[in-house]
Amino acid sequence: MIYNPTPPEKTHAEHLVAYVNARLLDPATGLDALGGVLTQGERIVEAGAGLFTKDIPEDASIIDCRGQCLSPGLVDIRIQISGKDFANVGASAVAGGVTTAVCLPNTTPVIDDRSVVEFVARAARKAGLVKIYPYGAITKGLAGEELAEMGMLAESGAVAFTDGTRAVSNARTMAQALLYASTFGLMLVQHPEEPTLAHEGVMNSGETATRLGLSGLPKEAELIIIERDLRLAQMTGGRLHIAHVSTAESLDLIRAAKDRGLTVTCDTAPPYFALNETAVGDYRTFAKLSPPLRSEADREAIVEGLKDGTIDAIASDHTPKSEDTKRLPFADAAYGGVGMETLLPITLELVHNGHMGLLEALGLLTQHPAELLGLPAGRLKAGAAADFIVFDPNRGWKVSDTELNSKAKNTPFDGRPVQGRVLKTVIDGRLVFDLEG
Amino acid sequence: MSKTPFDSSVFPLRHLLGIEGLSPLDITLLLDRANEYVELNRSVGGKLDTLSGRTVINLFFESSTRTRTSFELAGKRLGADVINMSVSTSSIKKGETLIDTAMTLNAMHPDVLVVRHGSSGAVKLLSEKVNCAVINAGDGSHEHPTQALLDALTIRRRKGRIDGLQVAICGDILHSRVARSNIHLLNVMGARVRLIAPKTLLPAQAERLGTEVFYDMKAGLKDCDIVMMLRLQTERMQSNFFPTVREYYHFFGLDYTKLEAAKPDALIMHPGPMNRGVEIASDVADDIGRSAIREQVEMGVGVRMACLEVLSLNLAAERPVADPNDSPVIDQGEPA
Repeated sequence: MIYNPTPPEKTHAEHLVAYVNARLLDPATGLDALGGVLTQGERIVEAGAGLFTKDIPEDASIIDCRGQCLSPGLVDIRIQISGKDFANVGASAVAGGVTTAVCLPNTTPVIDDRSVVEFVARAARKAGLVKIYPYGAITKGLAGEELAEMGMLAESGAVAFTDGTRAVSNARTMAQALLYASTFGLMLVQHPEEPTLAHEGVMNSGETATRLGLSGLPKEAELIIIERDLRLAQMTGGRLHIAHVSTAESLDLIRAAKDRGLTVTCDTAPPYFALNETAVGDYRTFAKLSPPLRSEADREAIVEGLKDGTIDAIASDHTPKSEDTKRLPFADAAYGGVGMETLLPITLELVHNGHMGLLEALGLLTQHPAELLGLPAGRLKAGAAADFIVFDPNRGWKVSDTELNSKAKNTPFDGRPVQGRVLKTVIDGRLVFDLEG
Repeated sequence: MSKTPFDSSVFPLRHLLGIEGLSPLDITLLLDRANEYVELNRSVGGKLDTLSGRTVINLFFESSTRTRTSFELAGKRLGADVINMSVSTSSIKKGETLIDTAMTLNAMHPDVLVVRHGSSGAVKLLSEKVNCAVINAGDGSHEHPTQALLDALTIRRRKGRIDGLQVAICGDILHSRVARSNIHLLNVMGARVRLIAPKTLLPAQAERLGTEVFYDMKAGLKDCDIVMMLRLQTERMQSNFFPTVREYYHFFGLDYTKLEAAKPDALIMHPGPMNRGVEIASDVADDIGRSAIREQVEMGVGVRMACLEVLSLNLAAERPVADPNDSPVIDQGEPA
């Protein structure tokens, strides 16, 4: 495999590359047909079913996709960057087919100031590879108390606002934040977990937790925040997005709010539709996530929510954690799992299991999240940035530490046989990942 | 010092508690009268004897320099005896209730009480318990009628009219009594009122007061004739009404760039005291050609003279100026 993080050579701007003999999949237009994509420099010149080898200009390089799928690059709206490790994030992203990622503001330092937004943008550019956009903090230092300068942060490039892995738990602070953000038309993303009720819980409340002797985290901690914030959004006219919903009743609440006309959106992450609390098994800390893995009934409800459109997008929730923070007794271990490299294959399980079509599944990973945050990504369109992937939806592989490009290996899917693999990732017209290259 | 005769019977109210409910006629009468006093104040020094023998008590439960001074000067120019009571010297600090204070003062037979209080509605409550006329010098976030009148006089003198003007009121509308009084006055006088503020500083359903609401300065200031800036209390920052002064000024502080959206001859106003570099740029505030901020202060004295005169003369019938030879009367009865 090849990484190509070096800046493009001078000729890149003019260079024509044709990706031919591909099964083009563009959820935004509903396109699913054999064809090709012609890029010049960083842009797509043409993409369509009509594009075959005979139409390609003579001076173009030709890449034969051998009938594999070609879709817009994945748009992952929830990743964490530990420390300043932008280069490692990039390697993991492009291997997973993620061409655009939005990082939580719980970086070091926290993204609650214009200078940090600019620092993150610079660091991400320097590392090359994936395009990283930052969330800004809702409150200073993510402390849940004083509002951050959301207006100016947005001007500097923050795409939306969240306190990351913490809920804004004070109702008045959240109400003021929604009101203030809506002054500028900005969206708030809430991590739905009421901290005083979550208390010292480390996994989903229920039989498994009881058997393991672990303190339970009731699903009501999630429901209370969602219920409250839906009210606050209604009251303030603020734009609310609920991150990683994990329970059946969460979806009931959001579905009902959408039905009564409230502009609210939500996403989930692959663990919540592919795993349940039994994955914790024998104290597997890789399955310690926030929110926690829930019951099987909840998992099934999340699948339904994805099918009926209640859930607007799938994000990886990529949370790299060092061995030091995971090789601990369960209660002491860190929350979170890496997820960018399993984002596509786990989502494709929905297709392989007959829950939805390929275009529909890809829409949840490309067009929908891009539109949610107003990102210039997620479609195959002439004039758009040449960000796309070539993948084999059927190729089987087993998730393991040797297969993962991420430096951190803490995946809750460790050991799972999956189907679907990214073969090539192209960002701004450059081939930045090639599995067989 | 000369003055034109004045028919007090045309002003129908005993108290001036707010602008809401006043007719264009009432407002015009006060403005016309105030305008005469402004001219008099400019031309001659000395005192009038219009309110000679009358007592005006300035009762301020909230600290104030300019409003209290303005009322004091207005009363003195009209020949009244003016007494200032502020919270630090009053018995409120000793635990007396508002109504007890009112009763106590009432027993001293003042003719006009000028009252400022931190709670909305407190001045009205007090007015119900006294026999004299009461002028609201600001109650909580409710009304500050003399400020709206002096703003109106400033506008009328500069623009020749109020009717048809586009006025933008910008800043902390939520907590502002000045904004509320101005909205009522400008609406009833035929101006069109816009409010510009972050949503956190706008009261609920503000548009129901007859205003157009904007969250963006440039959009809201477009083609405005009058730009009224409000004072931002920086202590509001701690209650999450806005993140920082820096951000507030960036989006809602009036500077020349934002002002470009308004009409070239737009008048800039501020009720004071100003926070330079918070809600208004220094150079804009000091722009002699466009800023009417100092003129507003001058109009204040004239407006307050008009209000004191009109209300105390309304009382003349029931409360004639006492003959010094009469024996003192002790009022023990329940006030009307």
